[in-house]
Amino acid sequence: MSISKKDVKYVAALARIDLPEEDLEGFTQTLGKIVHYVEQLQKLNLDNVKPTSHAVPVGNVFRSDAVKPSLTNSQSLAIAVEAKDGCFKVPLVIE
Amino acid sequence: MSLYPLTAHALLDAFKSGKASAKEAYEDVLGRIKAVEPKVKAYVRQAKTSPDFSGGLPIPIALKDNLCTKQEEITCASRILKGFISPYDGGVIERVKKSGGVIVGFANQDEFAFGSSCETSCYGPTFNPWDLQCVPGGSSGGSAAAVAADEAVWALGSDTGGSIRQPASFCGIVGMKPTYGRVSRYGLIAFASSLDQIGPLTKDVRDCALLMNIIAGYDERDSTSVNEPVPDYTKALVNDVRGLKIGIPKEAFAEGLDPEVRASLEAALALLKKLGAAVKEVTLPHTPYAVATYYIVATAEASSNLARFDGVRYGLRAQPVKARKNALVDMYEETRSRGFGPEAKRRIMLGTYALSSGYYDAYYLRGQKVRTLIKNDLDEVFKDCDAIITPTSPTVAFKIGEKTSDPLSMYLSDIYTIPANLAGIPAISIPGGFSKSGLPIGLQLMGKAFDEEMLLRISYTYEQNTEWHTRKPKL
Repeated sequence: MSISKKDVKYVAALARIDLPEEDLEGFTQTLGKIVHYVEQLQKLNLDNVKPTSHAVPVGNVFRSDAVKPSLTNSQSLAIAVEAKDGCFKVPLVIE
Repeated sequence: MSLYPLTAHALLDAFKSGKASAKEAYEDVLGRIKAVEPKVKAYVRQAKTSPDFSGGLPIPIALKDNLCTKQEEITCASRILKGFISPYDGGVIERVKKSGGVIVGFANQDEFAFGSSCETSCYGPTFNPWDLQCVPGGSSGGSAAAVAADEAVWALGSDTGGSIRQPASFCGIVGMKPTYGRVSRYGLIAFASSLDQIGPLTKDVRDCALLMNIIAGYDERDSTSVNEPVPDYTKALVNDVRGLKIGIPKEAFAEGLDPEVRASLEAALALLKKLGAAVKEVTLPHTPYAVATYYIVATAEASSNLARFDGVRYGLRAQPVKARKNALVDMYEETRSRGFGPEAKRRIMLGTYALSSGYYDAYYLRGQKVRTLIKNDLDEVFKDCDAIITPTSPTVAFKIGEKTSDPLSMYLSDIYTIPANLAGIPAISIPGGFSKSGLPIGLQLMGKAFDEEMLLRISYTYEQNTEWHTRKPKL
């Protein structure tokens, strides 16, 4: 399966990356080569093989539901692009 | 007496006997940085917080630029995080500070740890102290170069597919990726959460054990941290491999293995046999698929982890020049397009592709299944072997710019290191020789989960019987 410019445009849009036309060709080529390389996995018979998501299995981890010291409001907001009235100020979402 | 070339354990001895003070050691390292940093460019910034020498182990340390440290700028060598001041200390940073560690500065890396050469950093490359025309390896290339050039006594890095071990190999030092869950990832800016692990880069094996003593242990803030007792790793430093069984996978002699690296591996096998270890040929039949598996699993996780960098809360927010879709989406796209470099974009897109509707089963699920097969291969070998030995990298350090136009050839340089991340097991790279051109060659040992001690024991024995680790680059 090869990757087309249309695929790359589609994936870029999903990933919220705006690719200028002049970069499209290069990314289509390098991504195509990598996707072709990973195609080798299609050769393996994987019937009855369980997927591994974590190599060291750890079950559900719980902690007691207790209040602990954490960052203050002003410490958290110190990293904000914009802050107002003790909140992160974000761009307009619903017009 | 120059203090900067010393190991941490030698410095601690000097502090104890009153021959030197922690302040003198720190200032000596700063002097060394002044002298060689213009050539090596290992650091991206000096620490702002003033040093405190009153702790128990006041060793000057370099930190990779992805380890959140309170009131310090941390950027993952990416434009998207420039100016981000961490409001908190990560788990390992708390431990380093508690031990008395003196933070010298933050070391260069590939952007978001995406790379094997340090060339994708937004600050430009780091140069290999052994040959300034060559890369230091990556992604923890700045950490490795800083230690090799004596610009730090030791360093911390992170390893997702070889990012501690391969630069350690290229720079002629020791680098260990601990078992997944052994060291807290709290405060490590995530690349691939099921593979990332923080670990030490040091001048010798004893220092590796000492730094492991500082950083290893349970942290409830990392839900994958494993609550297992932590041994005193220095007790594993025993100069004896008699009776141990070391597996050598026949797949290690694959196409692309540099003859000089192969010769070093064979010499190491002969030495370990002479010292009383049994060396046994084993097979890891699915390891040839490791790189393909990794570039599905790791990029899928990365695309998801990096979705948080969107210009809304912190980091870069870029306003679009002209309207395209709607104001919010335009801001997301402008921020991410300007903030991420080309390799970050490539990996985010690859991971998005592997997870996208219609391709999930063919790529991501398949990758996770092959991961199981690779892990099973290793489990099978460890039924009968105490450790597995391979080269760390198929070649010595390559030239700057040599592989940047061909990402796939760069990815293949991680062929020996990736299986340990996929299986979650510990692995170490130790100095194992030099090429005729004078570049370091690394040897890798992999062990059973939570058996870092076995790796330290074999590495220490090898080191006590060789002199590679004592050589220094001429700068």
